[in-house]
Amino acid sequence: MWSTLVRWYHQLGSPRYFYRFSTVVLPWLWVLAIVLTAVGLVWGLAFAPEDYQQGNSYRIIFIHVPAAGAALTGYVAMGVAGLVALVWRMKMAEIMIRAIAPFGAVLAAVALLTGAIWGKPTWGTYWVWDARLTSMLIMLFLYLGVVALMKAIEDDRQGARAASLLSVVGVINVVVVKYSVEWWNSLHQGSTINLTRETTMPAEMLVPLLVSMAGIYLLFAVSVLVRARAEILRRERKSRWLQEEV
Amino acid sequence: MFLASLHRELLLVWRRPAEIINPLFFFVMVCSLFPLAVSPRPALLASIAPGIVWVAALLAVLLSSESLFRQDHDSGALEQMLVAPQSLYLAALAKMLAHWLLTGLPLVAIAPVLAYMLHLPASGYTALFVGLLLGTPVLTAVAAIGAALTVGLRNAGVLLALLVLPLYVPVLVFGAGVVIYAVDGLATDGVLALLAAMAIAAWTLAPAAVAAGLRISSGN
Amino acid sequence: MYFESFEAFLQMGRHGAYVWSAYGLSLLLIVASLVSAVRAERGARQTVRRLRQRANNAGENAK
Repeated sequence: MWSTLVRWYHQLGSPRYFYRFSTVVLPWLWVLAIVLTAVGLVWGLAFAPEDYQQGNSYRIIFIHVPAAGAALTGYVAMGVAGLVALVWRMKMAEIMIRAIAPFGAVLAAVALLTGAIWGKPTWGTYWVWDARLTSMLIMLFLYLGVVALMKAIEDDRQGARAASLLSVVGVINVVVVKYSVEWWNSLHQGSTINLTRETTMPAEMLVPLLVSMAGIYLLFAVSVLVRARAEILRRERKSRWLQEEV
Repeated sequence: MFLASLHRELLLVWRRPAEIINPLFFFVMVCSLFPLAVSPRPALLASIAPGIVWVAALLAVLLSSESLFRQDHDSGALEQMLVAPQSLYLAALAKMLAHWLLTGLPLVAIAPVLAYMLHLPASGYTALFVGLLLGTPVLTAVAAIGAALTVGLRNAGVLLALLVLPLYVPVLVFGAGVVIYAVDGLATDGVLALLAAMAIAAWTLAPAAVAAGLRISSGN
Repeated sequence: MYFESFEAFLQMGRHGAYVWSAYGLSLLLIVASLVSAVRAERGARQTVRRLRQRANNAGENAK
């Protein structure tokens, strides 16, 4: 088991193997991601029952929660890739950083937008300094910082390595941000409304949520693979194996 | 070796006193803009004083950190530091310490005056002072990482702010929050201990990150 | 389907505008990002093909 994992790690660490692997996997992943997202969202929009407190506005959850979850997972994944890139100077990890950041930022923006729109019917306003919305706003800022840094540095490798360091620092920071923002929210209670619903979700709502979550995560994976391929194609455009591959 | 480079850094800044005084002026000016922009009512100012002082201090540290490595980069001293046999970790630590002693510490010293001008209740002073004393080192450490990553880039200023400001959130929250705690008569030890822990963590990890950042920025 | 009619589905009680704008904006952003990724990949692949062709031509000319 362990040796298989190690072999995988080394194989996927080589751009050549990764490129072949993604050529085989991508078509299936595209289909699966689109089908799961579509099924999850349509199920949530049209077939799941209404929430007895919030009415139909709660249906935003089927896009909001998956986007927020995937944005957070993506940031952590970027930090892990950054650590690997810095410590082992692994090429694929550098490529991954560049591949994860754009879609991660988009998902953070989606989570914020949907959260704000959901806020209007629920809290009566588009923006509340709620702990979760605030954390997501800071997460978006962190993503934008990584993207801005990569854009500012002309050299690809140097930009990726700088982004690696920034995202490692950022991941350490995210943990503290989460804790500090919760503390901050409790400090100023009264000025904010808390929408922490601890009630358990009935299965008719939970299942479509899980399906759309799987769909969004897979779309993220698709986006990462496609962007990583673009990056490999750009970096290795002069190598023979790639010219034979395309 | 560490003391020698610290001595060098301090001496360098000492020859250009504007580098110490300008951030201080900036700090004072930003704080005085708020009563003009919001209202001179003491009750209102008192309630937002912790936030104003902390945000202004944070911006002052951020702005002054942009030049942290620029001169060494331009003069080629940075290249020498990178290839020198001495530890880059210690060199980075010396730079950070010099920066904090000459920018962070004066800010902490002058903060009570500004707090007074903003009508902060007397019960908040200790928390503000100790909080800044523990928090400004974190601000310096994080800014140093950003400065190391952006050294040599054109328009590094705004980019540096984009990278560093979101990383400042926890310090700002706890630093300004602990003053509110103190004014409300709650115990501040726990939060101050947390700030101290953050300062220790930042100063052990940041020099390594700064060293790595300088290596990346110089392309080796 | 949970709703009784298609109109009811569009209206979603009083929350239609919120739900549909949230979904519309989200899909727009996600699709735009995916399209730009696919385009970047396709463009890069074409560049590599062109480079290969040039290399092949150069090789034939050398013969």
